[in-house]
Amino acid sequence: MLQSTQDCPASGAAWFAVNSISIQGKNRFHCASGITQRSSDICLHEGSVPHRTAPSWENRESRNMATESVTFAPGAAELTEEAKAELELVNRAREGDGAAFSSLIRQYEGKIFRLAMNITQNREDAEDVLQEAFLKAYEHLDQFQGNSKFYTWIVRIAVNQALMKLRKRKADRSVSLDEQIDTGEDTVAREIAAWDPDPEVQYSQDELNGILSEAIDGLAPIYKTVFTLRDVDGLSTEETAEVLDLTVPAVKSRLLRARLQLRDKLTRFFKRKGDDAFAYM
Amino acid sequence: MLTCKEFLAELADFLDETTDAEIRARLEKHIAECPNCWVICDTTRKTISVYKGMKSCSIPEEVHGRLMAAMERKMAAKKTV
Repeated sequence: MLQSTQDCPASGAAWFAVNSISIQGKNRFHCASGITQRSSDICLHEGSVPHRTAPSWENRESRNMATESVTFAPGAAELTEEAKAELELVNRAREGDGAAFSSLIRQYEGKIFRLAMNITQNREDAEDVLQEAFLKAYEHLDQFQGNSKFYTWIVRIAVNQALMKLRKRKADRSVSLDEQIDTGEDTVAREIAAWDPDPEVQYSQDELNGILSEAIDGLAPIYKTVFTLRDVDGLSTEETAEVLDLTVPAVKSRLLRARLQLRDKLTRFFKRKGDDAFAYM
Repeated sequence: MLTCKEFLAELADFLDETTDAEIRARLEKHIAECPNCWVICDTTRKTISVYKGMKSCSIPEEVHGRLMAAMERKMAAKKTV
């Protein structure tokens, strides 16, 4: 049921609030281009101004501050050679050069696929996310104006697609980037045992990948997403905040919890053999 | 001396080496004196390291092929519009 129509602040595209599928008190929105998200989610559009992704009726000034700190407009800051080359590829692709867009695909498909695998933990879903992310990026290429890196733009799209996959899987439960965060109890480490100096060498590559995947799969979506972007993909805290439309402190808080939870899960596999909890003393 | 809770609150910045010198010195002093926090710090650092060391996912050839086929269809459709 359409309840109201508003504009996406970044693109000017219309957003429609749909009350009937509100979950946990949050509305879901559709924009004119067919993109679906809730008020708590990220917007796929990239504006000509520092990206404001939140619906305009929601007070998110603090988030804008985080976003503004990392976006750049051409000419406002020196672009690296790499960024210039990337922008050139995007411009050529926008003019219809398919080979240029293929170059962008080749550059980022591995990272996007890994990100999708980490979030969905399902190969079919990850492949869908990969395809949908690049197809949407191509379709909306005219909305990319070089205010941020192409990679952060497409990661934003891919994360949204991946979270939608999770929502479909858990239709009875919300999967949101604004998921309620515990206020401290889960940061307390449960098992304190020293690890071997190089714990990973005890396992074959396949075994290790299985252990790491299982551990990350046990995290809530927001934790695994922040951890993957920040610690696996190597995005800065500010870039991660931009991609997920979170404040920098929110990214740091989620990252700490993700790291500590993973540490806790991995301790079972990596703790020094024969150790008791205080063997390092 | 910092409490363990205060240490944990700063752990992410400490591991990312984004704390200023004065706070860093206080955090280092804490882990030198608190074995539990030393272990948490060391194992969390190793957690990050082991994930960073994950082999970059080389995309399976068939996945790449299906992506490129989908893109070609999309590009062809765009040209005909």
